[in-house]
Amino acid sequence: MNRVWSLLFLLVPILGTLLIVWAIFGAWPLAGLWLPENVNEYGGVIDHLFNLILWITGVIFIGTGAILALTMWPAKGGSRRAAYVHGNHTLEIIWAVIPAGILVFLSIYQLNAWAENKMDRPVEVVDGEERLVPPSVRVVARQFDWDFFYPGPDGKFDTVDDFMVTGEVHVPKNQPVVFQIESSDVLHSFFVPSLRVKQDIVPGMKQFVWFEANKAGRYEIACTELCGWGHYKMGAVLEVQEEEDYAVWLQETTAKCLAISQSFEE
Amino acid sequence: MSSPQNATASRWSIPGFLGHYVFSRDHKIIGTQFLFSTLIWGVAGGLLALAVRWQLAWPWSDMPIFGRLFEAEGGQISPEFYTMLFTMHATIMIFFVIIPMLAGAFGNWLIPLMIGADDMAFPTLNMLSYWIMWPAFILIGASFFTAGYGPSSGWTAYPPLSVLDAAAPGSGVAQTLWILGLTFVGISSMMGSVNYMTTIIQMRAPGMTMMRLPMTIWSMFITAILQAFALPVLTAGLFMQLSDRVFGTGFFLPEGLAANNGIQVAGGGQPLLWQHLFWFYSHPAVYIMILPAMGMVSDILACFSRKPLFGYKPMVYSICAIAGLGFIVWGHHMFISGMDPILGVSFMISTMLIALPSGVKTFNWLATLWRGNVQFTTPLLFSVGFLSMFIIGGLSGIFMAATPVDIYIHDTYFIVAHFHYVLFGGSILALLGAIYFWYPKMFGRMMSERLGKVHFFLTFILTNMVFYPMHILGAAGFPRRYADPYHFQAFADLLPINQVMTVSAILLGFTQIIFAANFVGSLFFGKKVGRNPWQANTLEWAAPSPPGHGNFDFQPVVCRGPYEYSCPDADVDFLPQAETPPA
Repeated sequence: MNRVWSLLFLLVPILGTLLIVWAIFGAWPLAGLWLPENVNEYGGVIDHLFNLILWITGVIFIGTGAILALTMWPAKGGSRRAAYVHGNHTLEIIWAVIPAGILVFLSIYQLNAWAENKMDRPVEVVDGEERLVPPSVRVVARQFDWDFFYPGPDGKFDTVDDFMVTGEVHVPKNQPVVFQIESSDVLHSFFVPSLRVKQDIVPGMKQFVWFEANKAGRYEIACTELCGWGHYKMGAVLEVQEEEDYAVWLQETTAKCLAISQSFEE
Repeated sequence: MSSPQNATASRWSIPGFLGHYVFSRDHKIIGTQFLFSTLIWGVAGGLLALAVRWQLAWPWSDMPIFGRLFEAEGGQISPEFYTMLFTMHATIMIFFVIIPMLAGAFGNWLIPLMIGADDMAFPTLNMLSYWIMWPAFILIGASFFTAGYGPSSGWTAYPPLSVLDAAAPGSGVAQTLWILGLTFVGISSMMGSVNYMTTIIQMRAPGMTMMRLPMTIWSMFITAILQAFALPVLTAGLFMQLSDRVFGTGFFLPEGLAANNGIQVAGGGQPLLWQHLFWFYSHPAVYIMILPAMGMVSDILACFSRKPLFGYKPMVYSICAIAGLGFIVWGHHMFISGMDPILGVSFMISTMLIALPSGVKTFNWLATLWRGNVQFTTPLLFSVGFLSMFIIGGLSGIFMAATPVDIYIHDTYFIVAHFHYVLFGGSILALLGAIYFWYPKMFGRMMSERLGKVHFFLTFILTNMVFYPMHILGAAGFPRRYADPYHFQAFADLLPINQVMTVSAILLGFTQIIFAANFVGSLFFGKKVGRNPWQANTLEWAAPSPPGHGNFDFQPVVCRGPYEYSCPDADVDFLPQAETPPA
């Protein structure tokens, strides 16, 4: 019976690892149950780091699980005496220093990825001068919808030709895109799983997110900070378009919106 | 030092039934009161969790049995009701089950017994620490009957959602009741923590030096310090939120907000301030919920591997290190919150550091079992279960400590998987093991080992079936706190796996009936035991089972550390810390 318990504990790392591997390969019935394909130039480092940590923790998971099962395997119960050992400084130093080394490495290794995604807003060169890429869309979150404001033909926000679309935002492919994100009521969070972009939106703060989508398609935006009863339905679509398609869409939508606002003025 | 029993009998009870069993000042009665109250709250918290699971598996379908309790929806969970469910599940499990069971029930029972004292340093304060929980019980209980069925801004109660009445149905009266309830829990914890610190410092039996204290006591001591230093910050935060709600101040509200077409607020505040104050308490609270469990597991593992605890001093230092670092890592809950990303880097580094002492503890537990003479009792199985689950919870923590990875997994089910492995797989399994272990001391009877093993086997398997798949959900980007995620194309495929998890969760709930039957049945029919049924070393086993007022019927004098198992010089494989005089 004792060995049954030992095997039960051994099953944890074995089945645990199998399930993860199964999900990674997306075999039935776990198809689509792993990270979605990354389509953001800045997101690759996040996936790389995720996989690196998965490997490191996977090895430790299997190793410690096997040791745990082994420690219980020889037990026969009552017939023999346990070793009278109070500790071993050398061993303890070894198993403190090795994880410490791994963690220091991870801490330093990830700094660039963090800076690229959260600190260093992309720059562009205009008239020979470097400047931060200005936000092309202002995202306003409210219970329980996303409004997307475009600056209109003059390229400036807070002017009369601004227009708003809701539920769907369009961006061009292969260009660094910056969104300014705002909230008009409570906390929300701007999350696009396929872009590996997430940022809580704090009312009263000026915040930006950026990305460079490298594949055309429709990607879902989800709110990931509890914002009330309708939190679960606060979604929208981010459509990444080829540059020429985007230009056409922008022109048509601008014309349409301006026509509507003019009809109001008349 | 313990005083003669008859001279101070009035210390522990006021005469009469009420004074003896209800308003008792005896730490053991108070511990039992905490234990029974928290077990009952545990049932409530568990049922709330099952309702959450029901909605995730069969969204918007009529929930059987419990659905009838809220007629308005005809048995269907509404989105407002769902936000209440997870808010109250977390609130109850954290503030009414895990913390008071570890500190209130086991802290009370074990501290005086394991250090060889006759009671706590302040018995009346100790009694009050239990009874001050009742206003909290009543306030939180009452919040179920208010608009929105209870507070619904999550157990983290982030403003502005929690402060603006119009933002959510549960952000009205219910939220005020929640704040007041938590304040009372805080007062109770503070009373307990002052008492524990004083008792451990002042009332140790002769010969019980600090470095002879069992790990359980060390962890309770450090936990008490954590409580004492972190709680005032939460209390301050709670009062600021209360003031924002009731008096119209603007600590947490910026200018110009208007939720749900409500009036705009004057503002001037900062929502992030609450998050800092809240996590300054609630991150140490994570350790308040795991350190005592670690301490108890250390004692149980050493006892049933019949082997000294591997590296006693490093274990003590690791607990101190975890607690110390615990005060400077709160920002890792806020990497994505809008906090300065440069600040995020420093919190990332301190968070990574915490994996170090946790690793030392894990390896030392493994080394304790290694070459031991392992006795497969129910408490041991639960403790090894704790270890096995804590490894998973610890390793998944590394993912979210890495700030860039946290961008993706923050507020997804990956986080939910992580903290359930630590709190359910960790704290709750350890608590169950501790109940099986100390039950004979508390009630003088054994719990059934056979039922205990069945209980462990099913609990262990089902725990993994409920919580392990959450890692996969999180990797797919599945957000937390969604009443119905399946209308998103990205999450539509996740329904079947959620149904498997829900069925497992319901079975896990039913499995606890075995435990309840064993617990209650053994009170009356359990085998009676002597002082030391497990042949353990620590002092509580030298007292009678159950101990009377004043605990010891002799003056214990401690002559060795708590883990002298299998010493080659002794005839038996254990050497108690104090010799019991012959009867």
